[in-house]
Amino acid sequence: MAETTFEPRVVGFLCNWCSYAGANLAGTSRIQYAPNIRIIRVPCSGRVDPLFVVKAFQEGADGVLVLGCHPGDCHYRDGNYYARRRYNLMHGFLDFLGVDARRLKIDWVSAAEGKKFAQVVSDFTQQVRELGPNP
Amino acid sequence: MQTYSYYPGCSLHGTAKEYDRSLNLVAGKLGFELREIADWNCCGATAAHSTNELLGLALPARNLMLAATDGRPVLAPCAMCYNRMKVAQHELQDSSKRQVVERLLGRSEKLISEKKVSWSEQVSVVSLLQALAGDGIQAAIKEAVLKPLKGLKVVCYYGCLLVRPPEIIQPDNLENPQTMDRLVALLGAEVLDWPFKTECCGGSLALARTDIVLALGRRLLGMARDVGADCIVTACPMCHSNLDTRQGQIKAKFGESFDMPIFYVTELMGLAFGFTPKELLLDKHLTDAIKIVKRDDCPERSEGSRVTHHENKD
Amino acid sequence: MTRIGVFVCHCGSNIARTVDVKRVAEAVGQMPNVIFSTDYMFMCSEPGQKLIQDAIREHNLDRVVVAACSPTMHFKTFSGAIQRAGLNPYLIEMANIREHCSWVHPDKAIGTEKATDIVEMAAAKTRWLEPLFPRAIGVTRRALVIGGGIAGIQAALDIANADVEVVLVERSPSIGGRMAQLDKTFPTLDCSGCILTPRMTEVAQHPNITLHTWAEVEAVRGFVGNFEVDVLHKPRYVDAAKCTGCGECLTRCPWKNFPSEFDEGMGTRPAIYRPFPQAVPNIPVIDADNCVALKSLREEPGRTKPKCGACSKFCPRQAIDLNQQPTITTEKIGAIVLANGFSLFDPTVYGEYGYGRYPDVITSIQMERLMNAAGPTGGEIRRPSDGKHPRSVVFLACIGSRDDRVGRPYCSKICCMYTAKHAIMLKEHDPHVQSFVFYMDVRAGGKGYEEFTRRAQEEYGACYVRGRVSKVYPERDHLVVMGEDTLMGMPVQVEADLVVLATGVQPQTDADRMARKLGISYDGYGFINESHPKLNPVESNTAGILLAGMTVGPKDIPESVSQASAAAAKVLGLLSQPTLLGEAMVSWVSQERCTGCFTCEAVCPFNAIDKVALRDGRQAAQINEGLCKGCGLCASACPGKVITSRGFSDQALLEQMIVLFRERELVSR
Repeated sequence: MAETTFEPRVVGFLCNWCSYAGANLAGTSRIQYAPNIRIIRVPCSGRVDPLFVVKAFQEGADGVLVLGCHPGDCHYRDGNYYARRRYNLMHGFLDFLGVDARRLKIDWVSAAEGKKFAQVVSDFTQQVRELGPNP
Repeated sequence: MQTYSYYPGCSLHGTAKEYDRSLNLVAGKLGFELREIADWNCCGATAAHSTNELLGLALPARNLMLAATDGRPVLAPCAMCYNRMKVAQHELQDSSKRQVVERLLGRSEKLISEKKVSWSEQVSVVSLLQALAGDGIQAAIKEAVLKPLKGLKVVCYYGCLLVRPPEIIQPDNLENPQTMDRLVALLGAEVLDWPFKTECCGGSLALARTDIVLALGRRLLGMARDVGADCIVTACPMCHSNLDTRQGQIKAKFGESFDMPIFYVTELMGLAFGFTPKELLLDKHLTDAIKIVKRDDCPERSEGSRVTHHENKD
Repeated sequence: MTRIGVFVCHCGSNIARTVDVKRVAEAVGQMPNVIFSTDYMFMCSEPGQKLIQDAIREHNLDRVVVAACSPTMHFKTFSGAIQRAGLNPYLIEMANIREHCSWVHPDKAIGTEKATDIVEMAAAKTRWLEPLFPRAIGVTRRALVIGGGIAGIQAALDIANADVEVVLVERSPSIGGRMAQLDKTFPTLDCSGCILTPRMTEVAQHPNITLHTWAEVEAVRGFVGNFEVDVLHKPRYVDAAKCTGCGECLTRCPWKNFPSEFDEGMGTRPAIYRPFPQAVPNIPVIDADNCVALKSLREEPGRTKPKCGACSKFCPRQAIDLNQQPTITTEKIGAIVLANGFSLFDPTVYGEYGYGRYPDVITSIQMERLMNAAGPTGGEIRRPSDGKHPRSVVFLACIGSRDDRVGRPYCSKICCMYTAKHAIMLKEHDPHVQSFVFYMDVRAGGKGYEEFTRRAQEEYGACYVRGRVSKVYPERDHLVVMGEDTLMGMPVQVEADLVVLATGVQPQTDADRMARKLGISYDGYGFINESHPKLNPVESNTAGILLAGMTVGPKDIPESVSQASAAAAKVLGLLSQPTLLGEAMVSWVSQERCTGCFTCEAVCPFNAIDKVALRDGRQAAQINEGLCKGCGLCASACPGKVITSRGFSDQALLEQMIVLFRERELVSR
């Protein structure tokens, strides 16, 4: 069996108004980044139920990335504040579940931040690569 | 009582002796102590950093290592020495460079001593202006002024090394610094604003390209005269040297005579504190700096002066 | 049993170059429920859409996946296409294999694998899509225009002329904006006031426009067609109903030397003032911070009579009212046009140019005020230091533009033109003047613009020097400008009597606050984000909020006016119908299972959750579909998971993940 470097499978929840648009901008700007991410569009980062995150890890995701609008700029006003609070709690909860909390990341990417999107994805993918496959 | 590890550098024990003397007198008056770093070496100045980067960093680094034995802040009155030490501290944050320098200096027998010398970024390096900037010291300066320099019109010349490079030196204002202006104002002099505070004097091109130094010096002296200054005050031996010693050559080349005294800031402080021109070694200047002092009526100390000075005890 | 059709677009070579679209179509065609799977060159084109419609009919498809560009591009296109083929327009999912795949991954093998995943995820999601029927919502046939500059004025007039009521809110005492400050406009050298003031008067007199100046938008609630806007009316301390604009008070005020904002500090004004003589409305305001009378009443609570009564005493109509209070009115609005303009870069940060230190270093807008006949020097160009006419004037271009060091890497677009204008006008004012322009590039892309800048050099003798300036300093009675001439390859020094800095444009300093009030997004500089810079330049991403003018980015007057008319057209489109379609992807509560905890109500940002009593007396949550924006916060917050977020239901989202990992497992085995 040939040795292959581990390529992590990353699930990304992107909010429709900011981070999804930021990812679009990365595309129109032709900025390359790590291809491991698979994007699920949500209306708001606040829509992301912690159960989705758990399910993602259960199904085999090595890393989960949640991207929303910058605090204060949520298209739905408060959604990203709830996301932020939720994920602070999630980090602790993941340890309890036996999943390395570093496999989950929340960050803020605006519609104008194509470069940032690419950077965040590539950096996170590298981080997950170093953590190894999700047991 | 603040004690500094004193780094005079080559100039303060040589061509800028009056800077050293006036600084010591002023320090005594203000109550801070200067303890010269034992076995200090030349900082390298332009000769080192423009020819070999490693040499340019290792020379000031050795001085920092010596200073690190007691951890007192280092006072480097010469702007170039100050600048080189700050640059060395900054550059040697890069661990690969630091390792090379440490290896190099480790061979110095002075450093392999039981004091386990290892230099660190924690040694703070201050310029003369920084040492005199604190609220406490400024209050002490105000207290110490016996003969305010009334009527003396001064422009403050910072030169380049006290403000550049801005990321390392972090001056109060890159284009219009104020620390020396504020200090000289405390002495009662009339500090004039002028646009050449940080213009180049020619620096160490004094020997290799004297023509440039003369042209730049003329420009500086001309502007000082145009804004109405009686004298220029500086905190750098190179600037002082270029402006003080070459006025004769400027006159010969350009036909312009300035007769503009160039003071070290500590000399003005000394005069204001009541020291005589002779005590301050003002006679060492090439451009007469004494007649202006006499003109401004700052002769012997008056009766009831609070200062006692050993040489004058009759 | 859903019947899914998958359509993979080549998008010319945009997708096909780095993604093997045929393979993707084949692979996805293997999925259960995928009845039909094909690829085509340009899915969004007419034949492309027909392909989808034919397939729907032929194969009885009830769900569609279009794998192409981002849904933000063409969701509406394909949604409309399937609707015309008889499907509910929400039974479609787009798989973004262009912006999120083909354009960012050059390796075809990786791109194809990722694209296959993306399309499979989309196909999985469609199984959980349901037909959606947006509700009709009522429309208030009134528009709000925020900002009374030329863009706001144009938009207001266009909307009002279509017989729709407009409320125009301007926060300074008069409308007119920046254009009112200008002397002449490039490239025609029209007198700015002459072309602007008739419009201003039209606004004031238009029966359909309600003008509020010295007023600000405090809060915005609601949604497209149904906004509620709180307008704060700041006290003028002058009764607008009584004031005739005679101007007596201005001459009587004993304190006349406050720096004039309108004159950019080059002139003064009294405590009671109007910004310029042709102000609309021509009603003065009192500067409450500096008025001695108001200050005395404020600081000495016991006082009954104010310390000064000059204006009150001499006003022939007794129109001064020092007791005025700020008030807030609420307007019902259907659509909003944001045209709140821009501010100018403060060049103090460039210490080497001496702005703020040397009086004869001024900015271009200050020069504009000097040139204006109604300005502080009566239209004479005089040096601030000694009032003399300058003979040598040096202009520095790109101050605060195209400079990353001060956080402004962009080009401000108008400075090359207004600098050329200044050079020309200077010569018109005084034939003995010599102008120098230190430039990096001359950007003159509009109609007649290049000819204009050449005129400045060839006819009006302006000396254009390509290079930056390193220092400006005073020497005796003049300034010296030290720069370089890069075309000659040498440093230059110019003696100048006056130095003019061509400062760049930037958003209003509080642009982000206004954006947040409206719920629209802005970029790193504070410029408002338009929905799409090419295809949708006057809409924001929030329905019902249109954009016009500099608030979106640097532009000149023709562009601002065009955008304003475009925004007005969009507003009229929105307001021309009796009802609008609301948001279709709203949430709903399964009330039988709702326990009445109302966690949803606590998190809903739009107060869209109502408490209703069920038949058995139990309280349950009910979502007001008119107010719901579909964010889904309630769905994720609900502890019992009884809320479904339509279009983004739990199953729809989870299924995307499940198919991703299950498929992969199958392949690797």
